[in-house]
Amino acid sequence: MYKIEKSQLPGLLAAIAAREDLFLPIQKSGQANFGLWSGDADVDLNTLKTVKSGKDCFFPQSETLYSCRKEEGKLAIDPAKLQETPFVVFGMRACDVQGLKVLDNVFLKDAVDSFYAARREHGTVVALACHEPEETCFCKVFGIDAAAPGADVACWFIGEELYWKALTEKGKALTDQVKELLTEAEEKAVEEEQEHIRAVIDKLPYSHLDLSVFREKSTMELFDSPRWEELYHPCLACGTCTFVCPTCQCYDIRDFNTKEGVQRYRCWDSCMYSDFTMMAHGNMRTSQMQRFRQRFMHKLVYYPDNNEGMFSCVGCGRCVSKCPASLNIVKVIKKLGGDAQ
Amino acid sequence: MSTCTCGGNHRQEMLIPMIGVITDIRTETPDVKTFRVVGRDGKKLFEHMPGQCAMVSVPGVGEAMFSITSSPTNKEYQEFSIKRCGTLTDCLHGMSVGEEITVRGPYGNAFPVEEALKGQNLLFIAGGIGLAPLRSVINYVLDNRENYGTVEILYGSRSADDLVQLEEIQQVWCKTEGVDVYLTIDREQEGWDGHVGFVPSYLKELEFSTDKTVLVCGPPIMIKFVLAALMEMGFSKTQVYTTLELRMKCGIGKCGRCNIGSKYVCKDGPVFRCDEIDELPPEY
Repeated sequence: MYKIEKSQLPGLLAAIAAREDLFLPIQKSGQANFGLWSGDADVDLNTLKTVKSGKDCFFPQSETLYSCRKEEGKLAIDPAKLQETPFVVFGMRACDVQGLKVLDNVFLKDAVDSFYAARREHGTVVALACHEPEETCFCKVFGIDAAAPGADVACWFIGEELYWKALTEKGKALTDQVKELLTEAEEKAVEEEQEHIRAVIDKLPYSHLDLSVFREKSTMELFDSPRWEELYHPCLACGTCTFVCPTCQCYDIRDFNTKEGVQRYRCWDSCMYSDFTMMAHGNMRTSQMQRFRQRFMHKLVYYPDNNEGMFSCVGCGRCVSKCPASLNIVKVIKKLGGDAQ
Repeated sequence: MSTCTCGGNHRQEMLIPMIGVITDIRTETPDVKTFRVVGRDGKKLFEHMPGQCAMVSVPGVGEAMFSITSSPTNKEYQEFSIKRCGTLTDCLHGMSVGEEITVRGPYGNAFPVEEALKGQNLLFIAGGIGLAPLRSVINYVLDNRENYGTVEILYGSRSADDLVQLEEIQQVWCKTEGVDVYLTIDREQEGWDGHVGFVPSYLKELEFSTDKTVLVCGPPIMIKFVLAALMEMGFSKTQVYTTLELRMKCGIGKCGRCNIGSKYVCKDGPVFRCDEIDELPPEY
């Protein structure tokens, strides 16, 4: 266990950034989002939830897969480079770190997605414990401990100091690189902070949601629930919930015609959109109710079915605070749970 | 900047296509063409099993999943029978022999030709372009004739002009011993002296015995009525295989489009036994 004075943090960040790319929450146009550190960046480690999760650092909102040129009738394909250099993501929260584990099950299982795999291999995650969890938080429901984030390095802000603990080999390697800036510390202060955090979380309004209905009822029973009709009505199909979600992984593959050729890129997509499943011969989900149901059935039923019960929600609460129609997964859990009671 | 220790071991071919050269184009019907594709070296792009699909693309236009209609027993090339019905297919229909496209695959599971279908009497039921995936199985079965029982093929389309692979059907399948072919078209047409009527009703007229494994592919509405007819005739759902068709982007179960229930049609399908489909939410 190490610590560093808050006032020394800019020096620590600069030291990390001198060796490798450093991504961390940065204020821009009144919003905090993960971005590349620079000397004049408005670093914001106090905002609990960045608008988008740190998912971008490993699964970017848009990335080129390959470029394609046509020369004298012949095609030439030039695959995009995979991540080859190490980088650090600083300031992810416990929920978003768990979000990466959800994505790992998608991108690293069976057919490995090499673009994602290369970033996961080269990225070191430094997570921050949540000193003041917010009312929209419900990570506890999914067994996540915001007082002890399971990243490569876990950090706690306590008083005027940042406490630092390496949890993995990658974390130890990063610690070794910046050791001269850190001083050794006792665990006691962190233990007290953890008690404080856990006490706050226990009192949050959504910390005790009951997920048992998703384990007990059959897929078809949940799919056929009349509650979906009641729930979906306000949904505008804007897709905001998908884009702020740390676990949503659906993507589109598209072409961008440049003067030099075609760039085939992939970008985040949303099952909430009507053209998501549109084909020449029709659309399998023609109503917003069906699309709304798909998103939540996937997070709460289908994904757990394929991943030993792990839910594809981490309780970050972004959809709770961002949905313009005040819809969110908490309402879905409560309403479908109500079915069982 | 420090260096990394991965040794460059990541493989990225999953989403990166191969270049395919069109070596032959057959006009099957007014809106279906069959494209023969090989690699630039003149050889087959990859090995596949009957029922598997591949992502075919014209860069700058689009990419979509098509079933591979040639049989794996064909060692020279792959074929795709493609109906013109959108931007990409329209572009493909405008291409000529010698032009290049991209192909990646094969994706998905296959009809269980080496497992459950072995030793069975087989009944193939196809409608329109739905013959494409079944043609791969039929030719595989005909090339390994000793491994299977009787072969019956019921194939129908809107009109006589819309029957795909008619030449092969008449010149090869109809002339192969132990193979019975039944053709039908939806409406009377000058010059057609064969059966007229929809596939499901012809199926009932033919009164097949139920000692067969059935492979069905065609428009969703035809599959629905064929299934009902088969159940009426005494077949069980465990005897019937079909393929599902959904929008796909990645082909490897990650992009989320073809997700139904806990299955991804691109990797867990496209071939399903009908009792397995019953367990899925009805979103296909």
